[in-house]
Amino acid sequence: MPYVVHRLLAAALVVLGTTTLIFAVLYWLPGDPATLIAGENATEESIARIRALLGTDRPFWEQYADYMAGLLRGDLGISFATQEPVTVRLWAQFPSTIALTLFASLVAVIAGVLLGVLAAVNRGNWIDQAVQTVMLFFTSMPSFWLGILLILLFSVNLQWLPAIGSGSLAQLILPVACLGLVASGRLMRMVRNSVLDVLDEHFVTTARSKGLRARRILFLHVLRNALIPVVTLLGILMGELLSGTVVVETLFARQGIGRLLVDAVGVKDIPVIQGAVLLASISFVLINLLVDLSYAVIDPRVRTAS
Amino acid sequence: MAERIALFDDLAVRAPAATGQARWRLAWRRPRLTLPRWIGLKWLAPIAVVAAMLICAIAPGLLAPFDPTDMGDAILSPPDAVHWFGTDHFGRDVLTLMIYGARSSLLMGACAVFVGGLIGALIGLVSGYAGRWIDSVLMRLLDIWMSVPDILLAIILAASLGASLTNTILAVGLVTVPRYARVMRAQVLTVRGRSYVEAARANGCAEIWIVVRHILPHTVSPMLVMATLGVGSSILIGASLSFIGLGVIDDRPDWGFLLSQGRSYLTAAWWFATLPGLAITALVISVNMLGDAIRDRFDPRLGAS
Repeated sequence: MPYVVHRLLAAALVVLGTTTLIFAVLYWLPGDPATLIAGENATEESIARIRALLGTDRPFWEQYADYMAGLLRGDLGISFATQEPVTVRLWAQFPSTIALTLFASLVAVIAGVLLGVLAAVNRGNWIDQAVQTVMLFFTSMPSFWLGILLILLFSVNLQWLPAIGSGSLAQLILPVACLGLVASGRLMRMVRNSVLDVLDEHFVTTARSKGLRARRILFLHVLRNALIPVVTLLGILMGELLSGTVVVETLFARQGIGRLLVDAVGVKDIPVIQGAVLLASISFVLINLLVDLSYAVIDPRVRTAS
Repeated sequence: MAERIALFDDLAVRAPAATGQARWRLAWRRPRLTLPRWIGLKWLAPIAVVAAMLICAIAPGLLAPFDPTDMGDAILSPPDAVHWFGTDHFGRDVLTLMIYGARSSLLMGACAVFVGGLIGALIGLVSGYAGRWIDSVLMRLLDIWMSVPDILLAIILAASLGASLTNTILAVGLVTVPRYARVMRAQVLTVRGRSYVEAARANGCAEIWIVVRHILPHTVSPMLVMATLGVGSSILIGASLSFIGLGVIDDRPDWGFLLSQGRSYLTAAWWFATLPGLAITALVISVNMLGDAIRDRFDPRLGAS
């Protein structure tokens, strides 16, 4: 199937470009990691030795070629701060981030679709108004503020759930709710518009004039068609969630790629920063690729058009 | 819908064939003694909030009850008659800090959109107008740019540029470039194919004249809508950077940074973290409401997605 091959090649090119972009941006990171590692009373000599050890004294192209060659072997370099391979540090944190993003996307999709359909079906009345207000709040509030409100309510006042840490399922609930709800705002809006569009279609009028029950029309005719364009939004949603994990993991003091990234930026641990951003970007590209491909499966019109 | 019909009736009575420039001249001549009917609560409420915050940003000293560096005796004292929003861990007045913090958020919103919008518009214009391989190359570059999730890209850009308000604004602006570029390109592509552009070319107009006179004016309204809607997300990205400690870290009060400090005192002082967050949310909601209102008014075709 040429469409799949084309998409795969494009995705591979983007990943190559992304790696280059991240590498180039971080090459110009101000400050010298070697001086940080050497400590305050280090001599010029020992700083130079550390620099040679890290390989940061070599010219840009040499470092770049080295990094890309390593990448092909699945080697992301050695962490400046802990001397461990970057891949080891990333794999240690990745499961926690995956759990957070997966559950959060589940919350976002369920809340987004339910409320979006509810608003569209009640177009114009108070239910629609209420849902739209909620939507405006979710798209406009910073995730960390919602998180703080959740912590205040459920951890400080009610003392039902732990506020920080990771590992147990209870510790996952608040971060997931925070990340998922903030991301659901945009989805809600998209679902509402999409359902409204389909409600105006001729086949809905036909179904209605045939005397079909409203509920049957909604589930059989409207939702099937309305949810197709929403699938594309799932790709964008993943981008929001991956961005959000950085903030949410910091707020809830959870393990994860985002927290690792923030800590690495603090100590200028360039290989770890590179690895973390690259991992998130590749996941993002892959999910978008999957969304594109599944789109062609769900909606036959896409295949014939391309 | 009723207001739109009324508007056309109005025009029809005064000038049956009022189109293009004639309609503009008519709009100027119409006496504007009362507010137009389409200005309702959805305009006035957000404008009031944004205006209040603008005043805080321009002249914080006028409104703030205390000095932002003034450390009183009452540390983490709850809201009362003296300190309306309580005090922080240094005994500073939280309301005062919030009033002084308005400046960095508003600057972030306005300037980041300006940077992102300008660069994005330029890329979109070149891409859409030049077409062919230039278009393909620029579009692939944007794909790469967009493949790094927003905040992650902002983090590495902010880290590389160094911590200061200007650099944070630049980082956030650069992150948002692709969305403006894409809207601009799409708009240029539609306008480029219209017959009056063809006519201008047939008349021997210079390319630059065609772009400035015939294409750019038609991109203004969608770009304006995008920019207004972009202010909110720029403020949010900027606040997130401050919150995780990678944004502005000098003495300047900043809502995101205040909130991250207040987070350590959640059990003792709920007001310290929640109220600055409320300010961010109120500002972003107002800006987004304005963006929606502007879109509905000036560019209904863009839809609500």
